Amino acid sequence: MSDIIAPTKQAAVEAASVETVALMDQLAGTDIRAESPLYHADLATVAKQGPKAGGVTLQEHKLLGHLVIRGSQDNAGFLAGARAVLGFDLPTQPLTAAEDGTLSVRWIAPDEWLVILPGREAFELENRLREAMSGHVAIVNVSGGQTVLELSGPNARAVLKKSTPYDVHDRNFPVGKVVTTVFAKSQAVIRRTGEQNWELVIRRSFADYLWLWLQDASAEFGLVIKD
Amino acid sequence: MFYIYCPHCGEHREEEEFHAKGQAHLARPLDPDNCTDHEWGEYLYMRKNPRGLHHEIWIHATGCRKFFNMTRDTVSYEIKEVYKIGERPSVVAAS
Repeated sequence: MSDIIAPTKQAAVEAASVETVALMDQLAGTDIRAESPLYHADLATVAKQGPKAGGVTLQEHKLLGHLVIRGSQDNAGFLAGARAVLGFDLPTQPLTAAEDGTLSVRWIAPDEWLVILPGREAFELENRLREAMSGHVAIVNVSGGQTVLELSGPNARAVLKKSTPYDVHDRNFPVGKVVTTVFAKSQAVIRRTGEQNWELVIRRSFADYLWLWLQDASAEFGLVIKD
Repeated sequence: MFYIYCPHCGEHREEEEFHAKGQAHLARPLDPDNCTDHEWGEYLYMRKNPRGLHHEIWIHATGCRKFFNMTRDTVSYEIKEVYKIGERPSVVAAS
């Protein structure tokens, strides 16, 4: 229980903490070839040669910048810093998201948010956030650890129904809602971006498995790959 | 299947998103260096196994990954209430 930690020890920990965050731009450079978690599936070729019409469309939004931002909602310096850099408030309402152009923020937990933006802008945003935020906060670039898939089409919801125990009915999952839940025995951050559009943030290590799963689950409706 | 309310997400979720993490409200000895072995042993190992109301810690493992407390009936498996860490349970066994 947090209220039982002795106050003297708490003070000692704070005094010892020094600003020793090693910052690194994780992008090697524009001329270096980058491979997304689904690089081996060669979705570009599948998109070119595969069917052009079907009930479900799958697209990988690859090599985006993913930043996990953590901090307490009681910390005014954290919330104000985020607002100054992002241009809007962090969505503090559970299961919501905020979006501005190519930059989107998802509520993950009461003290955790996931920011996704174009890969080349991630390092700059991370630096600006570090500059603007104060207090006990954490910013971690997890771009290499996950990827974004978009499911769309008239049967996309049916594929979700086969994959997750979460209720994806309009009544429970309106456009804009974000839910972290079980997806095909794995885990995904599911966001509804449109009437027939669903965005899945999935782990790199599960990307191949989920690619196979989605092909199987979409087969009866006809799966179209978009590059 | 249980349908469990997560106090952080503010809605009910399937049981498979959660994990039970044992007895709640374990008070760590304030001065571990100077407490007796008996006190430390009680804190570290001794757990209740009640028939009836039990206060447990649960985690929303595949959701918000936050811990919370739950008061549960070990006989009927009925979930009496969930409440955040640091809060007091409103449903307690008559003593």
